[in-house]
Amino acid sequence: MIVDSYRFLPRSFRPFYEGRGPFPGEESPVWAPFEKRLSASRIALLTSAGVYMKESQPTFDLEREDANPEWGDPTWRVIPATARPEDFAFAHLHINPEDMLADPEIALPMRGLAELIDEAVVGGSVADHVAVMGYQDRGLEDWRRTTAPEIVAHLREQGADALILAPA
Amino acid sequence: MPVLARWIEAAGIPTVVVTMMPAVAEERRAPRIVGVEFPYGHSFGMPHDKTMQRRVLDLALRVLAGAASSGTRVDFDVEWPVPLREAYKSWQPKVPSPIVRKLLEARSAERS
Repeated sequence: MIVDSYRFLPRSFRPFYEGRGPFPGEESPVWAPFEKRLSASRIALLTSAGVYMKESQPTFDLEREDANPEWGDPTWRVIPATARPEDFAFAHLHINPEDMLADPEIALPMRGLAELIDEAVVGGSVADHVAVMGYQDRGLEDWRRTTAPEIVAHLREQGADALILAPA
Repeated sequence: MPVLARWIEAAGIPTVVVTMMPAVAEERRAPRIVGVEFPYGHSFGMPHDKTMQRRVLDLALRVLAGAASSGTRVDFDVEWPVPLREAYKSWQPKVPSPIVRKLLEARSAERS
């Protein structure tokens, strides 16, 4: 079975994605081998659903995006693996957050991962997962220069052996 | 997101992208891809459907730990359980996003 990558995309948006090829300078394959057993590995999650901790973190900058639709907030948030669903808020102007508010596991499956750790399928989880805001293809320079290196440093500091990214 | 995965992978941390647009992730050269035919905002499935969410997570981990080479893509063979028209409508924001608003304005300016 081959997934239809455009099934839920408005038809007028398809040309923005289909057949565009790699970004300039991003043509060659990259590869980091997964060398450990999964049961001995520490896994990190990253969502682009614009999740943040509503009591302790600022939201993403939606006002600036509203004023300048070509821009998207390139900052990121740490999401503690111990956070409860009611601790979350979602900042994302491109999707309806209702289902994610009802069950954040559909964007950031922290409890699902915790179950796999309990079952010893996975070795462990990082203490702090990562959240960014999606729909960001237009401002890649900030991401290349700042956001990505910061996230890499965070993952190393957390001892992450691998990362599952879930675009919203 | 695929390009973020590339940069993190290039720094030595293996990645897998779970995405509703696996063809785009392939074009953008993400190293490991799990495709899901789900509405946006639902990478791991239906809210409160723990079985479905667990199956997606299991597949993501299998591809993460077991893929043999860059560009590996495995699609998740489960149909979204909500009729297309309804699902298509319900994932979208109640107010059009700024970029959609801008495109709609540009289109109506062209027409007038």
